[in-house]
Amino acid sequence: MDSVTQLQGQLVDYTTSLFNEGYLNDQYTQLQQLQDESNPDFVVEVVSLFFEDSERLLNELDRALDQQSLDFRRVDSHVHQLKGSSSSIGAQRVQNVCIVFRNFCEAQNVEGCLQCLQQVRHEYSLVKNKLETLFKLEQKLLAARGSIPTQ
Amino acid sequence: MARNGFVSRRRMSEKIDDFDLSPVESQDVHVLAVDDSLVDRKVIERLLRISSCKVTAVDSGRRALQFLGLDGEKSSAGFDGLKVDLIITDYCMPGMTGYELLKKVKESSTLREIPVVIMSSENVLARIDRCLEEGAEDFIVKPVKLSDVKRLKDYMMRDDREGSQNKGINKRKLSESSDPTSSPPSILPSSSPSQSQSSSSSSPSSSEPSSPNSLDSPTRRLKMTNSV
Repeated sequence: MDSVTQLQGQLVDYTTSLFNEGYLNDQYTQLQQLQDESNPDFVVEVVSLFFEDSERLLNELDRALDQQSLDFRRVDSHVHQLKGSSSSIGAQRVQNVCIVFRNFCEAQNVEGCLQCLQQVRHEYSLVKNKLETLFKLEQKLLAARGSIPTQ
Repeated sequence: MARNGFVSRRRMSEKIDDFDLSPVESQDVHVLAVDDSLVDRKVIERLLRISSCKVTAVDSGRRALQFLGLDGEKSSAGFDGLKVDLIITDYCMPGMTGYELLKKVKESSTLREIPVVIMSSENVLARIDRCLEEGAEDFIVKPVKLSDVKRLKDYMMRDDREGSQNKGINKRKLSESSDPTSSPPSILPSSSPSQSQSSSSSSPSSSEPSSPNSLDSPTRRLKMTNSV
């Protein structure tokens, strides 16, 4: 088996596992379909924006939840944004935590919010790692061959 | 680079202030996309471009109004040729919401003919109703998919162009089909105009919010009474 075939197989397996384990959903596939020769880096670009945006929001959340008197609306606003962007790229597990997080905001439950913040950070760093691994695999395959298998 | 009002046929983008402009070829649909989220702007822009639309993407209702020449200031002298055929806006935005933007557009005698589509991550019937009542053409639940944009494009094309081909090599001049500047854009296809189906189930935790790709989207209620 040559290295190209091997890499292709790895890529497919890895991608499939991400979907099976719920890290990514169909929206990610949508983004892949928007990528072509005229926009060969589209997915990486959008995901990079998502990373930047999420990191900013997570820092805002740290600040917002560190206050003496919690402004739940402010917290909720940040979570809403994070939920939106994770949904737009198909980061299912991050999105799911955000939903729970918003419920705690509405209920004005401090403990719940703090737990969710931890959880959403955790899920975010997981999906970030996974996606970065995925992109590296794609680059290896590109280098070995010059095109990425379409699904 | 295009100057003196001459519109280049080649697609180039030109940044003026905070607007990213592409020269308009009159046969193509020009969409003004409004969303405060950078991620969503990038996605909607790509969705529209891949569907052969020209796109101007802005990050707020205020900027949208500026672009449309509605902000009360000395306006769109430079933007005369860039007619907007469709506005697609996020609902939840800081400052001016998409709903408020919708109202301002519909209240304007010069702009109210422009169809406005609302996008929202919340599939809330009351919200959908409000928007449709205010004259929104359609309501898309986020995340936006290619099928959503295709659906929008389909009814805009059918509606303004009356089936004439305007893509591909043989670009026809607008005079051969109905001119979008004169025809009211919001006449929707022949399926019953006042189908008042209630909207689909709200399942906020599902990963696939409902945006069916057929004409009978439950979130669409065809209102014929947009402009009076």
